[in-house]
Amino acid sequence: MLLEALIKIAILIGGLMTAAAYLVLVERWMAAWIQGRIGPNRVGVPLTRIRLFGLGQPIADGLKFILKEEYVPAHVDKWLYYLAPMAILTAALAAFAVIPFGSVLPPDVSFPGGEEPIQLVVAPGIDVGMLYVFALSSMAIYGVTLGGWASNNKYSFLGGLRSSAQLIAYEIPLGLGILGVVLMTGSLRLEEIIGAQAQSGLWFAFSQPLGLLVFSVAACAEAGRLPFDLPEAEQELVGGYHTEYAGMKLMMYLVGEFLHMITAAFLIVILFFGGWHLWGVTGSSNDVNWFQAIARILVLVTKILLVVLLFMLVRWSWPRFRFDQLMALAWKVMLPLGLVHLFTMAVLSEYAERWAGGAAPWVIVGVGWLVAVAACLVAGTLTAVSTGNQAIRE
Amino acid sequence: MKQDDAHISWVEPPKLGLSGRMYLPLLAQGLTTTARHLFSQKVTTQFPEQRPEIGNPLIYRGVHRLNKDAGGRVKCVACFLCATACPAHCIDIIGTESPWDDREKYPESFTIDELRCIYCGMCEEACPVDAIELTSMFDLTGRSREEMIFDKEKLLSVYDQTKDAEPSRSQRAASEGATT
Repeated sequence: MLLEALIKIAILIGGLMTAAAYLVLVERWMAAWIQGRIGPNRVGVPLTRIRLFGLGQPIADGLKFILKEEYVPAHVDKWLYYLAPMAILTAALAAFAVIPFGSVLPPDVSFPGGEEPIQLVVAPGIDVGMLYVFALSSMAIYGVTLGGWASNNKYSFLGGLRSSAQLIAYEIPLGLGILGVVLMTGSLRLEEIIGAQAQSGLWFAFSQPLGLLVFSVAACAEAGRLPFDLPEAEQELVGGYHTEYAGMKLMMYLVGEFLHMITAAFLIVILFFGGWHLWGVTGSSNDVNWFQAIARILVLVTKILLVVLLFMLVRWSWPRFRFDQLMALAWKVMLPLGLVHLFTMAVLSEYAERWAGGAAPWVIVGVGWLVAVAACLVAGTLTAVSTGNQAIRE
Repeated sequence: MKQDDAHISWVEPPKLGLSGRMYLPLLAQGLTTTARHLFSQKVTTQFPEQRPEIGNPLIYRGVHRLNKDAGGRVKCVACFLCATACPAHCIDIIGTESPWDDREKYPESFTIDELRCIYCGMCEEACPVDAIELTSMFDLTGRSREEMIFDKEKLLSVYDQTKDAEPSRSQRAASEGATT
């Protein structure tokens, strides 16, 4: 068991670190393409002319970070300064303990311990998986706030303050967004949430559009991505909470942020887009053959990649919120929308089966979309997020 | 800044319509714009392999050259007008008595500090005999500051390199006169 867990951890951390490194390259490509440029395409095999479309870039970036001077400013709070990036990276990595990166591998008796199907999650069978992910994603606030405080720099401190306010504000819509899913499946286990969607074939994105909206907006804000990147708004705060960091410590921050985005993508896919499920390809039961097992991993990875690509596209599409707009969006729009969603799903999970019988899924989909559109219209009419100068003038 | 200062006039952005206040339609609009740009024609020039197109090489302001006349002699008559016009003081001329009968002076030495030059083209405008001109060569490099101080021989060799692609003003005037 221990060996199995260690192997899974090695695969997961190796995979995540590689993925983060290469996603940085993908992000730079996306940025370049959107801006009409070509992007990094030169770094290939060192000392040769082989370029490989710039696929050597992450290695060069990593080497640069490692070889850079590990500069610690004299005015920082040393302990917290060292602790902060570790905290953020540890929390970001530990969250993946309960996030499945596939379904199961079929039993194979040719090696010891292979009689049981292998669950593709580091800690299988944790009943509060969702809660655990939330707890650890909240831990990220410590890394950010500590970094901002320890740097002893006004910009860093402002970035840390903004970040803690923002992350705490968006925790609530984040939680409300998933409650609909939890109500419908009756479980906080991520494997079971995927299982429920695979069984019915109806992904929660179709029946709970409002939940998807609230959750993905909040997840974007939790990951600190544009249009919610106020903690490190370059134009105002130099670099935000990691202004005073350099070398490996800066890299830990950046990787931690990327992992937050990957976590958000994992959660969006698992909660709302059926995880590893794809109609007609992956099957839905827990008895799998090798083809299905591999297909499930590939489907999951593809879906996550698509969500990450959307995040990257969003980054260059929309302008950053002003801070009062950010807070207004969290408390005056996302929180009520989340509550409406929770109420709808609570009523539906209780009465849909009783009223509509076999047509219950269709009733849930219909009511879900109706409520979503109506709630968005109402939110738009009441216009809680101010776009004028009123907030600055007061 | 005092918020109620009489000198401050506040400009309010236009009020948004319902679709703007709902935000989602605007988000979709933004996404389609970036998605369109994602697959659009790229404007990057892959520099060393791919040379940028220079619109009109004759008016481009790159490395200087010293023109030669038909007899292969340097055209410059060491009048110092370019050095006087130069705002960066990068032209250094030592004039001396010319060995030829058709002019009194010629430059014994003519150096331009290419690192000091701001490529404004005023020397070219000041020159009365079309001796100094700016070419379309833009990628000059060197490993030392000394290397970037171009002397007379080097400036004349730039003329040899570029005379076919970019004929000097007097040559152009001559050929235009021949055709008309």
